[in-house]
Amino acid sequence: MNIKLIGSIAKALLLARWKQTMVAAIGVTFSITMFIALLGFMAGLNDLLDGLLLNRTAHIRLYNEIQPSKDQPVNRSSDYKSQYNFIHSIKPAAARQQIYNSGAIIKALEKDDRVLGIAPKIITPVFFNDMNIHVAAVINGIDVINESKLFYFNDYIIEGVSGDLEKIPNSIVLGKGLASQLSAAVGDRVQVSNVSGEIFQLKVTGLFQTGVQELDKTQSYTSIVTVQKIMAQPNTFITDIQVKLKNVDEAPAIAKEYAGLFDIEAVDIQTANSQFETGSFVRTLISYAVGIVLLVVAGFGIYNILNMMIYEKMDTIAILKATGFSGRDVQNIFLTIATSIGVLGGLLGLLLGFSLSAVIDQIPFSTASLPTIKTYPVNYNPVFYVIGAIFSLVTTFLAGWFPSRKASKIDPVIIIRGK
Amino acid sequence: MNEIILEAKGISKEFNDPVKVKVLTGINIAIAKGEFVALTGKSGCGKSTLLYILSTMDTDYDGELLIDNVSMAQKKEAALARVRNEKIGFVFQFHYLLEEFTVLKNVMLPGLKLARFSEKEVEGHAMDKLKILGIDKLAMKKANQLSGGEKQRVAIARALINDPDIIMGDEPTGNLDKKNSDNVFDLFKKLSEEFNQTLLIVTHDQSFADRTHRIIEMEDGRIIH
Repeated sequence: MNIKLIGSIAKALLLARWKQTMVAAIGVTFSITMFIALLGFMAGLNDLLDGLLLNRTAHIRLYNEIQPSKDQPVNRSSDYKSQYNFIHSIKPAAARQQIYNSGAIIKALEKDDRVLGIAPKIITPVFFNDMNIHVAAVINGIDVINESKLFYFNDYIIEGVSGDLEKIPNSIVLGKGLASQLSAAVGDRVQVSNVSGEIFQLKVTGLFQTGVQELDKTQSYTSIVTVQKIMAQPNTFITDIQVKLKNVDEAPAIAKEYAGLFDIEAVDIQTANSQFETGSFVRTLISYAVGIVLLVVAGFGIYNILNMMIYEKMDTIAILKATGFSGRDVQNIFLTIATSIGVLGGLLGLLLGFSLSAVIDQIPFSTASLPTIKTYPVNYNPVFYVIGAIFSLVTTFLAGWFPSRKASKIDPVIIIRGK
Repeated sequence: MNEIILEAKGISKEFNDPVKVKVLTGINIAIAKGEFVALTGKSGCGKSTLLYILSTMDTDYDGELLIDNVSMAQKKEAALARVRNEKIGFVFQFHYLLEEFTVLKNVMLPGLKLARFSEKEVEGHAMDKLKILGIDKLAMKKANQLSGGEKQRVAIARALINDPDIIMGDEPTGNLDKKNSDNVFDLFKKLSEEFNQTLLIVTHDQSFADRTHRIIEMEDGRIIH
């Protein structure tokens, strides 16, 4: 009953000054709209930029580093245990790039619940020969199906079909930059020589473009079998195992665990690409800061309008108090006014923010480096909408709090006697 | 004598700004149920100040105030608001109607606040009060569409809505012409005689005061008779 009464008084006061109410609500609406659109756009952009590299990067990469043995024979000998042994110029001996016992490791990884998927890989440097031109490049031997599933390999193919790599023997997909250097088109044959100088003929079945020029100029993909053939290695030969986890945040811990378990080098995505995390974080921070500043400005607008309303409605406040409304009731009336402005403006702002995001989402945006992107990227994360709603309520509540405190403290005697 | 509804025991008040001025000294008043009392005195004698103390709106005084035999000392702001809501009806010199609301809603507001009855019942009571005051036809009009005399009658209806123990008036006819003044006085008289309503009216209109049951006259912060 009391709530209803206070609500009806608040409503009457609001409607009596509906133009001011509108101005205040529009302030909130505008700031929430901008907050949503800005964050959605920023987050979309972040996802895009992260996707440029991080989508294609394994959460954990297992490989064998060529390095000298840490455990030198002299340290093992009991004769020299009590002495300091200095050894200079240690060189790696008969190092193999290959991951030992890769089959067993893959089986163990497949059983791990935390792992979303794995894709084995071979990376080897080669020369592409075009007449008397030699272009140094890298061939990635990949498991096409898993590579597409986990690392969106298909998204970057701009010509040809990735699946052909598995079907057509001795086929290759070239980076766009590399292909133009070799003036090779789909269907052409290219010559590849391995580190030992042996020459192989490979058929170009596709071109890819990642948006990172350095990669497009030096990378090429083929099936694992083809690379094993080029390198003259058995079919157990694998240099990398790429692991994608269900929860990327666990990567550093799991990487450490695998390194110990399999006695292998394991690097996690956070360590390998820390600059991306920092970039995303700073961009998000800036968007939040701008959004909150907008809301605070809207809050001051509400504060102003409520203050004015209280001066205008001194008589009303005085008579309400004289006829038995307590200071608390009066405060609640003005808080109700403030929060209804917040709710109204906030809801409208969420709707408009969503619409504005949808509009941005339709604006064409094409760049040569991002073949899969046709319009500006927008993220519709509901978290932004929840935060926007909460912020609009909190700021309007705070903006209403101080004027309403003042209203509750008005002494009716002064007003009534002053007439 | 009837049961005492409002009692002041040795009420004093002084203003400290800018110099110490004693505005009320040792006021003792007892008002019984059904009395129609006029509080008169020259301008500045402290009669309005006393009224606001008696009405619980001003709490800065020495002495004791009893309403319906309950002491008002120690009561918190919200509790005092409740007392005003339930036991006191106000009529001021200015009507103080809320222009956003209809006449009926204006009258209903204190009743809705008290919430002793449902909204429908409060509305019925409000219509009854308006009928007593002869302005039931205006119920659906907005407060700002009424004449000064009508507004003051609506203010009286608002004062009556919770059947208060006492109605207090601060120069309720001060802003009205002779005809409307008489009108308002007749209403008070009617309330006093037909409904045994207790009334305490501050006025400096001697002809108004003369027609009441009892006159309390003040001078320089004291009651002289």
